[in-house]
Amino acid sequence: MSILVVAEHDNKALNPATLKTLTAAQAMGDDIHVLVAGEGCADVAAEAAKAAGVAKVIHADNAAYGHHLAENLSALVLSIAKNYSHIVAPATTTGKNFMPRVAVLLDVAQISDIIAVESADTFRRPIYAGNAIATVQCAEAIKVITVRATAFDAVSAEGGSAEIETLDDVFASDKVSFVGEQVAASERPDLSAARVVISGGRGMQNGENFVLLEKVADKLGAAIGASRAAVDAGFVPNDMQVGQTGKIVAPELYIAVGISGAIQHLAGMKDSKVIVAINKDEEAPIFQVADYGLVADLFDALPELESALS
Amino acid sequence: MKILVAVKRVIDYNVKVRVKADQSDVDLSNVKMALNPFCEIAVEEAVRLKEKGVAEEVVVVSIGPKACQEQIRTALALGADRGIHVESDVAPDSLAVAKILNKIVAEEAPQLVILGKQSIDSDNNQTGQMLAALADMPQGTFASEVVVDGDKVQVTREVDGGLQTVELTLPAIVTTDLRLNEPRYASLPNIMKAKRKPLGVKTPDELGVSIDSKVSVLKVEAPAERSAGVKVADIAELVEKLKNEAKVL
Ligand SMILES: Cc1cc2nc3c(=O)[nH]c(=O)nc-3n(C[C@H](O)[C@H](O)[C@H](O)COP(=O)(O)OP(=O)(O)OC[C@H]3O[C@@H](n4cnc5c(N)ncnc54)[C@H](O)[C@@H]3O)c2cc1C
Ligand SMILES: Nc1ncnc2c1ncn2[C@@H]1O[C@H](COP(=O)(O)O)[C@@H](O)[C@H]1O
Repeated sequence: MSILVVAEHDNKALNPATLKTLTAAQAMGDDIHVLVAGEGCADVAAEAAKAAGVAKVIHADNAAYGHHLAENLSALVLSIAKNYSHIVAPATTTGKNFMPRVAVLLDVAQISDIIAVESADTFRRPIYAGNAIATVQCAEAIKVITVRATAFDAVSAEGGSAEIETLDDVFASDKVSFVGEQVAASERPDLSAARVVISGGRGMQNGENFVLLEKVADKLGAAIGASRAAVDAGFVPNDMQVGQTGKIVAPELYIAVGISGAIQHLAGMKDSKVIVAINKDEEAPIFQVADYGLVADLFDALPELESALS
Repeated sequence: MKILVAVKRVIDYNVKVRVKADQSDVDLSNVKMALNPFCEIAVEEAVRLKEKGVAEEVVVVSIGPKACQEQIRTALALGADRGIHVESDVAPDSLAVAKILNKIVAEEAPQLVILGKQSIDSDNNQTGQMLAALADMPQGTFASEVVVDGDKVQVTREVDGGLQTVELTLPAIVTTDLRLNEPRYASLPNIMKAKRKPLGVKTPDELGVSIDSKVSVLKVEAPAERSAGVKVADIAELVEKLKNEAKVL
């Protein structure tokens, strides 16, 4: 049987999480189809067709899918679900939103947020904010799975030449409508995919002080993240939150500034390759996971770091 | 209107769980249990809608062992009016929970159902979406703002790229994100009053739902521990180490 990967994209380009999800899918089976559903997303379908290991792209283009509303997207996926042994999507907010609907309408359980594929029916996933890793076996006829993209390498974006098939069926619920969105426009790399992430916590004291982080981030080409406390206090917007219930990141270098290191924060960043912590409290729990810890006042340390990197 | 809120009993979020030596599960003996934080926010939102005169009644439902009644009482102390406990010694998976909740929705006919976005034990983030599909109601997940207006509700959602607002026709499902509100503390008089609020008990059998799961847990392990590294004296040493030792600069 074939595997269906539902692509994550913004109608213009494929989100890198999709290429990572393809790696996970390849460990489940080898006839891989990618569904690209959106509005005016032909470029994305063409991009998906080039990804290594993709056998077929199914392109569904309609206003109903433009904003990836769960009601419409899940109905579309369901309409082709019976052809597949596995239905897989990245565990982004879009994937989390529509996939459980696909599962329940197929009357199967969903396996969320897998970090490893042991075999076609056995997966590993973090539970309890990553304080335990469960190995679970799924005996459902169709396996509905979301993938933690940071746990997998990306397949090559080039090398494939899949056929593109169009799917014209339209599923549009009249019970839901898109009203608007506030999308954070940033020149910086995407938090979930950046090579370097520098995050600020409550210790930053206010939103203006994040300029100090931005200056360092400019030098490093880094994305900027935050703890929940910093988001809650209104320093920065919610899409910057790293943690159990925010974004999961695993960059090569993670710099935590003025962050204490609560388990919910660690859940989102402790798989980073190298962790640096800057905190004025030498007892802060963040130091227990940091490769390099600097006990210092961040208001001194950040300008020094900026000039040391110049 | 009537609001139904689903609440789950979970480990307290401050507790760091340990894995059992035989790797069969995590060890929950003598561990502090609490209302799932996202469910607490769900209760708070429902109670505020009642205080604003938008809702008349707030009903809370929890599925699990007898001890769940503690969390139902907590929700009643926060201002919910009535509790339903669906008693099951085996913890049902999200699929079974969604099916049970769907039966309760059919019985109670709420205009709005509020759930947490995620349980902090299973970290599933599934149940609200599953219930929405089963009950054929539109969904507003990961909500940071909920505005009821006539027969519609506008939900602002926390998404990876920022915020998205959708409008749903009632009856609808909402799942809560952390910034939706800050839950109140229950006062002592309200805790006393909660003891006398009605709490009905049912079983999955009575509701005609099987809680058998097709997913089995083979093993539960502790994650690879990170060990603390070194403390550096100053920025110069930090940058030197990042360049030459870690080679990430
Ligand atoms: C259900 C639930 C989910 C959650 N999900 C998340 C999540 O996804 N992500 C997340 O981050 N949190 C999450 N939290 C919150 C988490 O429990 C912590 O409250 C939060 O991470 C604390 O943020 P903080 O470290 O910035 O703040 P604090 O704990 O207040 O720490 C601030 C730190 O800054 C240091 N500091 C202060 N001033 C300076 C200075 N001048 N120089 C240097 N250091 C300084 C202090 O020493 C302190 O260590 C969640 C909580 C719950 C209940
Ligand atoms: N056993 C349960 N009883 C009542 N509500 C539940 C139960 N399990 C999950 N829920 C609800 O579903 C939400 C999401 O849970 P989950 O899908 O398990 O992450 C929770 O915040 C609760 O509102």
